[in-house]
Amino acid sequence: MVTQAVANIKDKIIAILSTVTDPEIPVLSVMDLGVIRDVQVGINNDAVSIHITITPTYTGCPALDVMKMSIRMALLQEGYNNIVLTETLSPAWTTDWISEAGKEKLKAYGIAPPNIKQLVCTPDAFQAEEAVQCPHCNSYHTRLISQFGSTACKALYQCEDCKEPFDYFKCH
Amino acid sequence: MNQLIQYTLHLADNALIMGHRNSEWCGHGPALEQDIALSNISLDLLGQARNFYQYAASLINQSSPSQEATEDTLAYLRDAHEFYNCLLTELPNGDWAQTILKQFFFSTYQYHLYQQLQQHSDEQLKAIAAKALKEVTYHVRWSSEWVIRLGDGTEESKRRMLQAIDQVWMFTGELTDASDYEKKMRIDFDLLQQQWNTTVTKIFEEASLPLPVKSNWHQAGGKKGIHTEHLGFILAEMQFLQRAYPNSQW
Repeated sequence: MVTQAVANIKDKIIAILSTVTDPEIPVLSVMDLGVIRDVQVGINNDAVSIHITITPTYTGCPALDVMKMSIRMALLQEGYNNIVLTETLSPAWTTDWISEAGKEKLKAYGIAPPNIKQLVCTPDAFQAEEAVQCPHCNSYHTRLISQFGSTACKALYQCEDCKEPFDYFKCH
Repeated sequence: MNQLIQYTLHLADNALIMGHRNSEWCGHGPALEQDIALSNISLDLLGQARNFYQYAASLINQSSPSQEATEDTLAYLRDAHEFYNCLLTELPNGDWAQTILKQFFFSTYQYHLYQQLQQHSDEQLKAIAAKALKEVTYHVRWSSEWVIRLGDGTEESKRRMLQAIDQVWMFTGELTDASDYEKKMRIDFDLLQQQWNTTVTKIFEEASLPLPVKSNWHQAGGKKGIHTEHLGFILAEMQFLQRAYPNSQW
């Protein structure tokens, strides 16, 4: 009975977390981003406690604090008021944890989703650039403008075919 | 103070002071993309500093609970002699060449150091380093490319790089010269120095820049809390608000 109740509540929590979005990329939920590492539900004499473990994306990304607050607010709104949020750094988050659905949403939003993490994440100067697909016209004929973009997680590209500049969620 | 605390503060101070210096370029970069790049690097370094300060605060509070240390008290309420950053990080930015060269020397050092730290026996140092290494990789790449671009660029850019080498080189020896507390941290400083030299030699060759002659003398002191006058000015600006309006939040 209790196990079933715990599983039901956990499903509800995950559904709520799927509505909490990244403040800088509002099409992605914290579930899509892969930053939720664990959800634990405890039931003690009908009192429900929730323990969520979250991991930061980029080390200095200020969005984490906002996400933690939004998670708390969303759960409080649904009546869960015994919430513990812990941060973990290990294992380190990687763009490979962004869900396939999340990558689709990024593309639809005009941000090129991260390529699978590969050898290009090396420190070598002027290395061959990875082929990044333009999220607007799907061309692979694109060029890197800057390895650093509007937020910690993005690089700036331009499409040589449709000429549109676009953000690329760079591999991490 | 125990050695792990001092070492963690040293790592935090390096990242904070370097990040703070870079943030001075925000709004002043030579081109928008490069302004954004340096600001991004600042943000990454500030994130590293926060992680290390949070860990240092937890260690301090464990050993003496009355202290009530937090990441903020460590960043905002210590004086210059209590900072353990390397002197290189507090040097003025100078021109673009000097900024780039400092960043390149520092990022190369962080890159090789964090590769060792991500195998460290201390779980938290290991976790912070493994995560930060992904970002530092981009810093090394960006600063290496700029060293090559300037060194192998125009007569003027080369002249500026040569000038920057003269000003900065004497501060690089301190990076891999282990202090007493670093010696207890089971880090292979010979390897670190060797890797740093290899990377710098390779990039300087590509940039057609002369590698200064190795000397036994270098500027040092930062790791022990003995600083150049520049750190005092950085702290005066960075800590002003907390000193003038204690505990204020915004």
